[in-house]
Amino acid sequence: MLGKTAGGLYWMSRYLERAENTARLIDAGQRIALTRAGSDEDWLSVLQTAASSEGYLDKWGEVTREQAIDWLLRDRDNPSSVLSVMEYARSNAKLVRTAITREVWESVNETWLRLCDILARRVSERDLPEALMRIRQRTGLVRGAMHGTMLRNDIYDFARIGTFAERADSTARILDVKYYVLLPSASSVGSSLDNVQWESILRSVSAEGGFRMVHGHEPRPKAIVDFLVRDRRMPRSLAFCAGKIRDNLGYLAQDYDTRLPCHDKAEALAMTYLGRSVDEIFDHGLHEFLQEFLGDLAALGHQVETDYRFTE
Amino acid sequence: MIDPMSQSQSQGPDGQSQSQSGQRQRQSYDEMWGAGDMGDAPPRDPYRAFESWFRDENPARLRRKQREAEEIFRLTGITFNVYGQAEANERLIPFDIVPRIISGREWSRLSRGIEQRVRAINAFLHDIYHRQEIIRAGRLPKEMIARNEAFLPKMIGVQPPGGIYTHIVGVDLVRTGDDEFYVLEDNARTPSGVSYMLENRETMLRMFPELFSRNRVQRVSNYPQLLHKSLAACAPPGATGTPVVGVLTPGIYNSAYYEHAFLADQMGVELVEGNDLRVVDGRIAMRTTRGYTPIDVLYRRIDDDFIDPLNFKPESLLGVPGIFDVYRAGGITIANAPGTGIADDKAIYSYMPDIVEFYTGEKAILQNVPTWRCSDPSALKYVLDNLPELVVKEVHGSGGYGMLIGPTASRREIAEFREKLKARPGNYIAQPTLSLSTCPILTKAGLAPRHVDLRPFVLCSPEGVTITPGGLTRVALKKGSLVVNSSQGGGTKDTWVLEE
Repeated sequence: MLGKTAGGLYWMSRYLERAENTARLIDAGQRIALTRAGSDEDWLSVLQTAASSEGYLDKWGEVTREQAIDWLLRDRDNPSSVLSVMEYARSNAKLVRTAITREVWESVNETWLRLCDILARRVSERDLPEALMRIRQRTGLVRGAMHGTMLRNDIYDFARIGTFAERADSTARILDVKYYVLLPSASSVGSSLDNVQWESILRSVSAEGGFRMVHGHEPRPKAIVDFLVRDRRMPRSLAFCAGKIRDNLGYLAQDYDTRLPCHDKAEALAMTYLGRSVDEIFDHGLHEFLQEFLGDLAALGHQVETDYRFTE
Repeated sequence: MIDPMSQSQSQGPDGQSQSQSGQRQRQSYDEMWGAGDMGDAPPRDPYRAFESWFRDENPARLRRKQREAEEIFRLTGITFNVYGQAEANERLIPFDIVPRIISGREWSRLSRGIEQRVRAINAFLHDIYHRQEIIRAGRLPKEMIARNEAFLPKMIGVQPPGGIYTHIVGVDLVRTGDDEFYVLEDNARTPSGVSYMLENRETMLRMFPELFSRNRVQRVSNYPQLLHKSLAACAPPGATGTPVVGVLTPGIYNSAYYEHAFLADQMGVELVEGNDLRVVDGRIAMRTTRGYTPIDVLYRRIDDDFIDPLNFKPESLLGVPGIFDVYRAGGITIANAPGTGIADDKAIYSYMPDIVEFYTGEKAILQNVPTWRCSDPSALKYVLDNLPELVVKEVHGSGGYGMLIGPTASRREIAEFREKLKARPGNYIAQPTLSLSTCPILTKAGLAPRHVDLRPFVLCSPEGVTITPGGLTRVALKKGSLVVNSSQGGGTKDTWVLEE
């Protein structure tokens, strides 16, 4: 496979995942705004979680609900807006057209065409839930096409590595932006306000139901951190994503019969951070832990790009 | 905007404008109805089964199918990009569901003529870059080559692997009568449009399977396999083992990218860009996830000027530095070979009947459109005197741009063109306006005739010449229009060649 193709697959998957995650973040933000007298602070933290608050503030200065949603959904000046990332996803799909099945290509192309329609104009508050649902449905169709029609070979491995690198990044950010509400001192307050924040975290990763099944009805900070960092059953947890990255890189090592530096890095990422108990994480400092994780995840991404020659 | 089906246009008289200019309105030959008018006469033989099917169909259902077809194309991404604009401006080439049908008998004569012509073109290219016998024999003036921009001096003495220069040719044909076909242009560089030929057929098979049980239509679907086989048969001496083929594209923003990806995918080969390739140990190698792997045959969809910044345009970022040196040393096959443009140059075109005769020893089976070379003073005088009746084209022009269609042009346009001609006569050729055949398209008011041309696709290798039955039919969707180019409102049709 061409190195460029491996890179195209990796980025196509990352962007598709990012579109979906951004839709989830907006959904959670909107939920908070509806649950109580929404403050613009909430939207600022949503923007921070999407790693695009700086660009937003540069362009708009003041944070308002309407502007923040528009920025996240369809602003072309925001390279992480749903519309921007879908366009990148499609460009990458075009680039790797010969590596993906016709069904995968058509589902990406159709998703892009439909999102262009849905996001052609500013989305009103009334239409927002449906627009967000459509984004998630559409990206789900792409995932289904990949799952159902792609050979399980190196092509699939690179796509999966992209998906889980993006997802781990997103979950770690969600936790980090809200880490202060999860600190033991904050949780001891135990006010209903904080409950809303915790629920919002779970909602951002579509995990309210899953959390209830495992931990019951009382969201406790340690349980939330345990669920989103360490629980291997939870498909958006750091442990799950890091494990998948390691597995898929492992298949590549087997397939190519070559072990490369990225394999050691992936192993280290899976072990070093995720082998720790929740208490150890809190002792170390949740924020520090997440920052280190994000740094090492980014380094692993670069190593994969180098080892498999995505670019010259 | 660049036409994804490069460098070709058709022209002929426009009925309406001719009547305006005082001439008697002439009825064009119709593929379905022949020379007669479209009244109660029966259709031509090849259209019998289609016509009876069509009569029983509900027009509203057919129009719905037509929209369905366009939706299929949109979702499949069979679009072409418009340069310099956002991706949202990708366009669809309109598709018309009425097939262009050619009888087996008509096709066998056409394909004999095409094969003869393509063999002559390859022999001509070899000769022109070696001994130039045709010039020594006085059949072609020396200056037609020496002063021609399309001639590539770097190719002199180069022996392309397998002796093939133009591996893939798209010969543009137009029809004016029952047995009258003319070659309008020989696209010997990087002809495009073959993906539309294949997708049009797929779409028709999906939408109207019953038509294909009523008609025995020769298949086109094996074109990618034939292309792969033909390219592999041209592998260079340096190749070891099964030849590795690749398709070289300028990238995803090129107007014909869809086709490049389509062909690579269908052949099961890599689609590469210049920055995926480099010279390694005297071979061209592609950067893969496991390291550099040599390529034997490169089907390039990049113009000569851009393939090698070290040997040609230095500012090109699309090509591979040093590839031409590797080519000259026999390390890679480039298809089509550099320098083939000299064979489809519009000034050379006028010599094609001589060229065919010189290299094959036979009279040309397919006719050339009579052509005045404006570099010749007496021809120039004739052209200037008769501009309103002629079509004037730039020698190196393409895509239907920079040309004058006399019968439909305004006085001012003609006056402006007259000045251009006088300033640079050598840059132009002129031809009579042909009465291009029409083929019906489906409109709201039922069937309506529109002008068409035909581009069959021809493959050449040391193993022989292969012509896919049919080709791409382009249709001018605007009533009376003679310009079939997709960049100027042209559409396409499925093209059927019936079993004999």
